[in-house]
Amino acid sequence: MPCNRDPVAPEGMLAITGAGGHGALTTAQILLAALGRAGVHGLLTRAAGPQIRGGESAATLRFASRPVACMADRLDLLLGLDWANVERFVDELPVDADTLILQDVASVPPPPCLTGCGARVRALPLAARAAEIPGGRANMVALGALGGWLGLSHAALSAASERVLASKDAATRAAAIACLEAGLGLVEQGGCAPVGGAAGLWNLSGNEAAGLGALRAGVRFVAAYPITPATELLEWLAPRLPQRDGQLLQAEDELAAVNMVIGASFGGVAALTATSGPGLSLMVEGLGLAVASETPLVVVDVQRGGPSTGIPTKTEQSDLGLALYGLHGDAPHLVLAPLGIADCCFTLEWAVGLAEHLQTVAIVLSDQALGQSRAIVDPPPRAPQLPSRLVPDGPLDAPFQRYAPSVDGRSPMPAPGRSGCRYVAEGLEHDASGTPSSLAADHRQQLDKRARKLDGLDPGPDWAEIRGRGTRCLVTWGSSAGAVFEAAARLTAAGRPTRVIALRLIAPLARAALREALDGAAWIWVVELNQDGQLFAHLHAQRVLPPQARALARPGPLAWRPGEIVAAVLDAEETDD
Amino acid sequence: MTESQSPTTSTLRARDYKSGVTPVWCPGCGHHGVLAALTRALAHLELPRERLALISGIGCSSRLPAYVAAYGFHGVHGRALALAGGLKAARPELTVLVLGGDGDGFSIGGNHFLHACRRNQDLTYVVMDNEVYGMTKGQASPTTAPDWQQAKLTPHGTGMPRFLPTAIALAAGAGFIARGFSGDPAGLSRLLVEAIEYPGFALVHVLTPCPTFRPEHRDWKGRVHVDDTGPSTDPVAAARRIQADDGKTLGLLFRRALTPWRAEQAPACTLEEIESGLLA
Ligand SMILES: Cc1ncc(C[n+]2csc(CCOP(=O)(O)OP(=O)(O)O)c2C)c(N)n1
Ligand code: SF4
Repeated sequence: MPCNRDPVAPEGMLAITGAGGHGALTTAQILLAALGRAGVHGLLTRAAGPQIRGGESAATLRFASRPVACMADRLDLLLGLDWANVERFVDELPVDADTLILQDVASVPPPPCLTGCGARVRALPLAARAAEIPGGRANMVALGALGGWLGLSHAALSAASERVLASKDAATRAAAIACLEAGLGLVEQGGCAPVGGAAGLWNLSGNEAAGLGALRAGVRFVAAYPITPATELLEWLAPRLPQRDGQLLQAEDELAAVNMVIGASFGGVAALTATSGPGLSLMVEGLGLAVASETPLVVVDVQRGGPSTGIPTKTEQSDLGLALYGLHGDAPHLVLAPLGIADCCFTLEWAVGLAEHLQTVAIVLSDQALGQSRAIVDPPPRAPQLPSRLVPDGPLDAPFQRYAPSVDGRSPMPAPGRSGCRYVAEGLEHDASGTPSSLAADHRQQLDKRARKLDGLDPGPDWAEIRGRGTRCLVTWGSSAGAVFEAAARLTAAGRPTRVIALRLIAPLARAALREALDGAAWIWVVELNQDGQLFAHLHAQRVLPPQARALARPGPLAWRPGEIVAAVLDAEETDD
Repeated sequence: MTESQSPTTSTLRARDYKSGVTPVWCPGCGHHGVLAALTRALAHLELPRERLALISGIGCSSRLPAYVAAYGFHGVHGRALALAGGLKAARPELTVLVLGGDGDGFSIGGNHFLHACRRNQDLTYVVMDNEVYGMTKGQASPTTAPDWQQAKLTPHGTGMPRFLPTAIALAAGAGFIARGFSGDPAGLSRLLVEAIEYPGFALVHVLTPCPTFRPEHRDWKGRVHVDDTGPSTDPVAAARRIQADDGKTLGLLFRRALTPWRAEQAPACTLEEIESGLLA
C-alpha cells in the first residue's frame, strides 16, 4: 500500500465504500478504534446516500502519528466492498494515479470515474475467505487486510471489533474475529505502519465531545427536538444526564425546546438545547426572550447545508449570519465555534460558563463535519472556570431589584424557592425591578446594562487559536480551522511563512486582540465554508480588517481540504505579482 | 416589608398574594376576577409565596403574574406551557401555574397545549377565554364564533368552527378539565384549589369577558350555569357530556387519576466514569 514514507510522521488516508448492509462505516469505525488502541491519531468522516437507512455509504479515514484535524487532499487507498452507486461519492473520493484501489476478485471493475486517473486496482479473495467462515463477512476480511498493512496487532483489531460490535450477538462477533484473522493472512504485515504508541487517546465524535463539554460544565437540563446532524449529541446525553442528576426532555418542537430550556434555567439549573439550522430559525424568538429576561442558556447548532431543509447530512458554515444577527432588537449575546472535534468539548464547557456568568444566550456553531465525524484525539483540556451565576447574598432590601444596573451589567439572579427576592422575569422592556416599562430612560438603562455585560468581558487567551508568524495571515472560524492550520503549515514549509487566527469566540469579538494578532499581515484571507463570506462581512462591519483582506469562501457540502487553500493563496499571490 | 417580617404562610390572606403592582386591565375586565379568585385559592392552600411560580405568555391575561406576590415569568406569545414544563421538570417541588388567553394558548400556542395535555406534568393551566384578542384590539380568536363580524381582519366572520378547549384537552389526554367564570370568583377559586391540588396537568377554562371588545359578553353572567353532578371519570362519558354542552357549564367536568410525567432516573456516575468510556 503506498503511503507517505516520512519516518517522522507516517500517515495516510483511505476510504471504504459499499452498499447498505456491506458495513463500510462499521469497518472504518473498527479500524479507527484499533488505531486508537495502538496510539495512532485518526479522523473518520462519513458520507451517506439519500436513503434513510441501509443505503450506500462512503467512510474516509485519515491516520497519522500526530493529531489529525482535517482530511488530506488525496486517497492512498480505496476499498470498494462493492461499487453500487459509487458515482454519488466521487466528490468525497479524491483518487489519483498513486491511489491503490482494492476490491474483491469476483467484483466488477471500478467505474471509470475512479480509474480514469490511472489508479491501480488490486483484487483480494475477500468474499471467498468470508465464505469459508460460518457467518463470515467480506468487509471483516478486508478489515483484517487493511489492519495488517497498518501494522495493527491481532489483539488491537479484535478488541476494537468487540467494542464496535458490542451490541451484536456472540456468534456474529466470533465470526468477525475469524474473518479478521483470515484477512490478516492475506497481506504483507506492517507495509504502511504509522508510528503509534501515544498513550491515553480518546475515541469520540464532535457530538459526543460537545455532550461531554455540557456535562463538564454542569448542564443538568436539556430539551430538544430531533434533527440531523445534531441528534447524536442528544442521544449521547440522554442516558448520561440522569447519571449526573439531570434530564433530557424530548420537546414537541424547537419553539417548545428553547422555552423549556428558559424555564429550567429560570429554575436555577444550567440548561442547553441542540439543533441544526431549521431548528435554530424557530428558536430565535425564544433566544431574544432569554437575552431580555437575562436567563442564561446555550444552543448548539450543528450546522448543515442550507437554506431551508438544505442538505441535512452534509456540512456547511452558513448559519453564522443567523447566529449573529437573527435576533430582533438590540440583543447582545455570545456566539462561539469549536475549532475541532475535541474542541467541541472545550468550547461547550466554556460557552456554558460564559452564558451562566453573563446571564445571557450562547450560540455554539458546530457543524456536520465535526458533529458526525469521529476522531482519535488527545483528551480535551478543561475550559477556564468562570464565576458562576450571580445569586443574591445576605439580607435584601425590598422590593428586590432583579435588573438593577451595575458596573459590569450583571445583577443577582435568584432561583424560585429563595425567599425575600421574588421577581417576575420579563421579556417586555422593564425597569430595574422587572416591572414592564416603555419609558425611554428605562429602555436605555436596561439596553446599556445588557450590553455592558458583554462589552466588559475579558475572554482571556481562548478567544482564538493563533499559530505561526509571517506576513501571510489566514483568519478562520469553527470547523474550517483544521484544514487552514494544515494549509498554513504547508505554506510555511514551502518558504511562505503563514500565520493563522482561528476564532473560537465570534461575539463579542475580541477586537483589540484581533487587531493586534493581525498586525503586520500584508496578505489576509478569511477562510470559511459558506457562499457569502459571512465572517468576512462581519469582521468588516466590526472594522477589524484592513482593506486588502479578501474572502476565501465557498459553500459546502464538502469541507475544505488543505491543498485547496494552499492553491487559492498561491494563485492569488501570483496574480498580484 | 421584607420577607423575614412577613406573616407566616398560615396567616397569609388573599391580599398578601397580591404584588401591589396595579393591573393595566380595563375597568370591568374579567381578568380582575380571575386575579381575585386565584389569590383567594392560594391563600386557602397556604402556599409559600417563594415556592410558587406563575408562568405566562403575551396578552392582557398574560400580564397576571406581575400582580401576584410570587416568582413569575412573563415570556413570549404562546410558549408559556413549554416554559412552565421546563421549570417544573427542573424544579418538581415548586407549584407551577400557567396563565394566559385563548389566543395565546389555542392559536399560537396550540401545539404546546396538545402536548402539555399528553405529557401530564403536574401543572395548572388557567386559560382566560374572552373569545377575542384583547391586547391587539379585537381580532377573532380560535374560540370566537364563526359568524362574529366585528373584527376588521375578518369582517365576514372567520367561517371556522370554534376551537373547543375542553373537548380537545380530553382528546389529548388531560386528566383534569374544569370550567369557571371570572364573574364567580368564589366558585372559580374552589376550582383552582382543586386544580392546583390535582397531581397532573389540570385545565381550568375560565369564561372571562372582555367588555372593551366583546361588550355583548356582559350577558354571560346570566347564561352560565353550574353543574354540580360532579366530574365524569370515564373519558367516553365525559366526551358525550362536553360535546353536548353549551360551553357555559361551570364546574369540574372530568377528572381521573393518571400517572404524572417523570424524568428518566439512573444511578449516579462520576464525570471520570463517563469519560473513561471515551478511551480509545
Ligand atoms: C409572536 C407574536 N405574534 C403576535 C403578537 C401580538 N399579540 C400580542 S397579544 C396577542 C393576542 C392576545 O390574545 P389572548 O391570548 O386571547 O389574550 P387577551 O389579550 O385576550 O387576554 C397577539 C396576537 C406577539 N406579541 N407575538
Ligand atoms: S382589552 Fe379586553 S381583555 Fe384586555 S384588559 Fe381590556 S377588557 Fe380586558
